[in-house]
This record gives sequence, C-alpha cells and structure tokens, in this order.
Amino acid sequence: MVDYLWLLVALPLAGAAVNLFFGKRLGEPLAGWFAFIVVAIDFVIGFAAGVGFVSGTNVVETSFLFSWIPILGVDVAILWDPLASLLVFIVTGVGALIHLFSIGYMHGDERFPRFFAYLNLFIASMLILVLASNYAIMFIGWELVGLSSYLLISFWFTKPSAAAAGKKAFVVNRIGDWGFLVALMIIFATFGTFDFATIFSAAPEMFAVGSATITAITLLLFVGAAGKSAQIPLYVWLPDAMEGPTPVSALIHAATMVTAGVFMIARSAVLFELAPTTGAIVATVGALTALLAAVIAIAQTDIKKVLAYSTISQLGYMVLAVGAGAYTAGMFHLTTHAFFKALLFLGAGSVIHALANEQNMRKMGGLRRVMPITFITMAAGWLAIVGIFPFAGFWSKDEILYQTFDKGGAWIILWGIGVLAALITAFYMTRLFVLTFIGKPRWDEGVEPHESPASMTIPLIVLGIATLGLGAWNTPFRFSFEHFLEPSFSALPHPEPVDWTLFVVLATVTLVIAIVGLAWAWWRYTRDPLPAEDGSFWRNALAAFHVDEFYGRFIVAPGKATATWFADFVDPKVIDGAAHGIGVGVREAGSEGSTLQTGQVRWYASGMAFAGVVLIVLFLVFGGGI
Amino acid sequence: MSDIVSVEWYLILAAALFALGVAGVMIRRNALVMFMSVELMLNSVNLTFVALSKELGLIEGQVAALFVMVVAAAEVTVGLAIIVAIFRVRSSANVDELAEMKG
Repeated sequence: MVDYLWLLVALPLAGAAVNLFFGKRLGEPLAGWFAFIVVAIDFVIGFAAGVGFVSGTNVVETSFLFSWIPILGVDVAILWDPLASLLVFIVTGVGALIHLFSIGYMHGDERFPRFFAYLNLFIASMLILVLASNYAIMFIGWELVGLSSYLLISFWFTKPSAAAAGKKAFVVNRIGDWGFLVALMIIFATFGTFDFATIFSAAPEMFAVGSATITAITLLLFVGAAGKSAQIPLYVWLPDAMEGPTPVSALIHAATMVTAGVFMIARSAVLFELAPTTGAIVATVGALTALLAAVIAIAQTDIKKVLAYSTISQLGYMVLAVGAGAYTAGMFHLTTHAFFKALLFLGAGSVIHALANEQNMRKMGGLRRVMPITFITMAAGWLAIVGIFPFAGFWSKDEILYQTFDKGGAWIILWGIGVLAALITAFYMTRLFVLTFIGKPRWDEGVEPHESPASMTIPLIVLGIATLGLGAWNTPFRFSFEHFLEPSFSALPHPEPVDWTLFVVLATVTLVIAIVGLAWAWWRYTRDPLPAEDGSFWRNALAAFHVDEFYGRFIVAPGKATATWFADFVDPKVIDGAAHGIGVGVREAGSEGSTLQTGQVRWYASGMAFAGVVLIVLFLVFGGGI
Repeated sequence: MSDIVSVEWYLILAAALFALGVAGVMIRRNALVMFMSVELMLNSVNLTFVALSKELGLIEGQVAALFVMVVAAAEVTVGLAIIVAIFRVRSSANVDELAEMKG
C-alpha cells in the first residue's frame, strides 16, 4: 500500500536538483512549470494514498526503506497515518497552488529557476519532517525546512534587510532547535530509541503522569516548537521573514513550515498527555502569543506585517489547543488556517504585484473595482479568519475555544484571552480589508493597478473555494475530521461527548464578539479612511512594543560584547599567545642551546668523558638499580 | 704471575692508561696525537679484558680483546685516511681549526 510513498520525498528533491543544475537551460516559464508539475504529481500521489483514511479503509502503516544508523537503531521509514497524510495534503496542495502562483509573481526575476529549486527543496524537506517515523529523521526534516526557509527569506540577498532577516530567522530558530536536540538526547537516554511507535507504547508504562523526565522532555520539545511555530518569546523572526518573496511568506511562513511545531506536539501527544504541567505552560504561552500578536497587528501599516502578526496569533490558537490536549481541534485549525492564510498572503501578493511593490496599506484603497477576483477571494479569507459563520475559521477557532473552556478552572482565563484575541483579530483584519479594497484610491501617481494574470488568480480561486468548504469537514454535527484523525491519536483517551448547550452558547459569544470587532473596524475605517493613528498605543504597537529593541539591548548586545571580547582579547592574546609562546620558547631554547655546539672536537670529547664519569659515579653509588 | 702480581695491579695499570688516553684526547690539539690517545684507551681496555679473563678463567675476555684489536685496526685505517685527507686540504692537523660544525 505505502511502498511508493518514498516518491513523495524523492520527486521534489529530484525537481530541486534539476532546477538547480539545469534551471538556466529550462528558462523562465518552463522551470516554474516543471517545479509545479512535480509538486502536483506529489499531491496526486499523497491524495490517492491518503484518501483511504477518510473512507476508513486505510490502516496505519510503517514503510521501512533502509536502515541508516544501525547502532542507534535509526531507520529511514515512513509512518503513514492520518496525521501524516493530512500534512501531506496541506503541504502538497497549498504548495502546488503556490508554485503556480509564483510563476506569475516571480516573472522577470533574474534567479527565477533558482527560486523554484528552493521551493521544491522546501516541499521535500517538509515531507521528510511529516513522514518521519522517528525523531531523528523528523529532526533532519526540521533542520532542512529551516535551511529552505533561510534560503528563501534572503532570496533577494542583495537587499541588506532581506539578508539580515534570513540571518535572524536562522539564529532564533537555532535557539529552538537547541531545545529539540536536547529533548532528543534525553529521549534516547531514556528509551534507547528514536522510534515513535516504540517510545509511545513504552512511555505510559514506564512513567506516571507528571513524572519529571517526561516533563523535561516535553518542555524542551516545546522550546523547539516555540522557535519553529513563532511563539513567545521566539516569535520575533517571523515578521522579519516577510522580507522574502510573498509566495514564500504564504507557503512557508503561514501555511506549512510554521505549523511544524504544532505538528510535532501533536505527534508527541502521548508524551504531552503524561505531562500536564507542560500542557498548561504550552497553552498559556499559546494564548498570550495569540493576544500579543493580535494587538501588534492592529497598528501595522505594512499589509504583509499585519498578516505576519496574524499568523503568529493564529499559531498561538493552535498551540493553545495542543496545550489543552485538544489535538484534533489544533490540527483542524492548522488545516483551515493553512488554506485561508495562504489565500490571504497570495491575495496580498496579488495586490502588491498590482501596485508595483507597494506594501503600505495607507497607499492602497479602492482596489475592489480594479481587482475583482482578488477582492472576492480575499473577502472569503477575511471572513474565515474573523470567524464568521459558516466560514472555515469559525468552526476551527470555536472548537479550540470550546475545548479550552470545557477544561474548567483556570483554563477559563485562557478561554477569555482567546476570545479577546478573536475580537482584536476581527478588528485588525477588517482594518486591513477596508484599507486595501474599500474607500477611495490612495495609491501613488503613475501606478496603474491591474488584475493579476490567470496563473495568480487561479490559485486564489481554488484556495477561496477550499476556505469556504473545509470548515464543513469538522462541524460539530459531523465529526468526520476527528474520526479521520482517530488512528493517529488512538493511544489517547477518547474525547468526551460535546455539551451542546455550552457549545452553542460559547459559539454565539465568539460569533457576536467577532461581529462586534468587524463592525467596529468597518465603521471606523469607512467613516474616515485614514484616521489619525498617532496615540502612544499606536506608536508602541506599530513598533511591536519594542521587543526587538529589548532583545537587542539585553541579549544581542551582551552576546556581541562577549563575542567581541573573545575576538579582540581571548583569541589574539590567550589562544594566539599560547601558540606563539610555544614557538618563541622553542626558538629561544634552540638559539641558546646552539652555543653548546662549538665545533671543537675536544670540547665534545670532554663532554663524553664527563658524562662517562657521571654515569660511573651513579652506577657506583646506586649499584645496578639505576 | 698471579702469585706475584695480583689482578688489581693490571686493573690499576689499565685505568691509568685509560685516564692518560682520555687526557690526551681532551688536551692535545694534534689530530694524530689524539688518535694515538684513542688507541691507548682501546688497549687499556684490552688489558682489562685479558687480565680478568685470566683471573676468572673465562675465554670470552680474550675473544673480546681480539675483536677490539680487529676493529681498532679497521678504525686506524679509516681514521688515518681521514687525517691525511684533512692534512692535504689544510696543511695542518690541528683539530681546533676544524670548527665548521659550530652552532
């Protein structure tokens, strides 16, 4: 059944190699079409192999490929379960559409084939991550997506800000990777293997709930997840990552790679179930991230920055969900978010493309007339993220909030934070939408916006339809999504039946809150298209509450000072000093010692005689014992 | 022999000859004289070998003495050839002037 799944990774990897070496020969549109077709084939394979999980005819399987590091028991194998197939569906589905979009968006770029080589490399890396059957291979995928992300953020590396953003993403992610790596070491020391199946069946037997080892492992895994999925305090790289081309932001920094952390926690659900303390920490961090990022998003004027903070905020919801043990809800929000956020980013890309690279929303407005397709599809994405019934975001966000509330006690505070963030989300997304599409045109003179070419609008339309349709997959009336994921979470206790009264009450509360936020922003920005946003709150929120400056002063600056001290003092004085000292010492000893070599035969003879006498004396004094 | 002159006397004589030889090598500047001093040292050792061989009734000492003589003969040939060669070049056999190996 799953024997051919290695093609999922091999095809985009080969595609990347072809575009890397022969891309120039393929030329501009062809290199892109080639890369697109590779990912489209991947989508077909993944869909054909995964659809059995929806109909219930598939069983969870592991496809062994080869033994890689026998001494550590690391096998290259594919774990094919609903969770993996879902991620494959998202990565290849959204990925293929974004490849298609990029053909239009990257038109005229000098390094057009190289861009598609990187995109294919990313798809291959992400699939390694999601298909891995053990933590070691997952970590390799994890690092490879980091590499692809770095290459693509700084794709326009001649721009200093893009190069700096790539570096920042790499360094911040490294902090998270440190946590993941240490967690892997503890896992291996504890279980003697990296294999998911072995670990997850052994863990509940070896450890009681709340044991220190499992808590340490899960906390460190969460450090890794917080880096990749941009949670407090490691979220700072994601807004800067918007320096990359917009399709990259859509694919990597909204739809797929940033959800790797959430996926990893869901994959490790058995371990997180054994560590309720970690779960509470994870959920709290998620809720606070959702709120903080939403507040920052209010004041941003760059359309991509709004979407970046919105992504951080939505990732916060997913992390809140997995922290609360609502893995299905988290994965469902991951799925719907992947589609509607990719849609929003591509829509933003279409707008930016039309306005000759203008990203400032204060210079947009009135685009609904000139870009009708972008306008309508963006509207679908906007209503989805705001959480208006019956769009996708309504169902998935509601599910998370319901599950959080349902846990009772202090979790209700987290629910409150989530609802507040939903209100703010409705506000800032409406602000974005109104500033961009409604009102009078404010774009610079000489700019003539136009609707984007078909290669860009078709992905928008497909994503728009997916955004409308996906929500129905897991309405509380038909839990088919939950049922679909069940084989992946079979080790966990079954979810309790839904309390319908509570569910409807909470859903109404969130819906009303969302509508209030939406209406408030609509009223504010249609009444006066450019209200003065100048208070201290607006300035601070626009500057992201100076978190970057804070990190710069208290972490980066001391780090730099230490590095400088090592470079200017320790290296030249201590290290070089030791090396030079040995050299100088030997040379001095040599030149001093060479004066003994007089060249006088009689001098040497005297030396030998003297030494002979000494030896004889020693022999006589100490006997034969020397 | 052993009745009148005990083995100690032979050893004392050999030590005296050896010391003379060492002093000769260290003090004299003429390569030829130094060479003769070396021969003196070798022969003093031969004397010890033979005396102790006789005293202890072991044949190995005499064998060693014969070996030393053979080696000394070969050494003399090579050594004299070197000295002659040096003398031809420098018209002198003064070893103090041969200080090219000074460090």
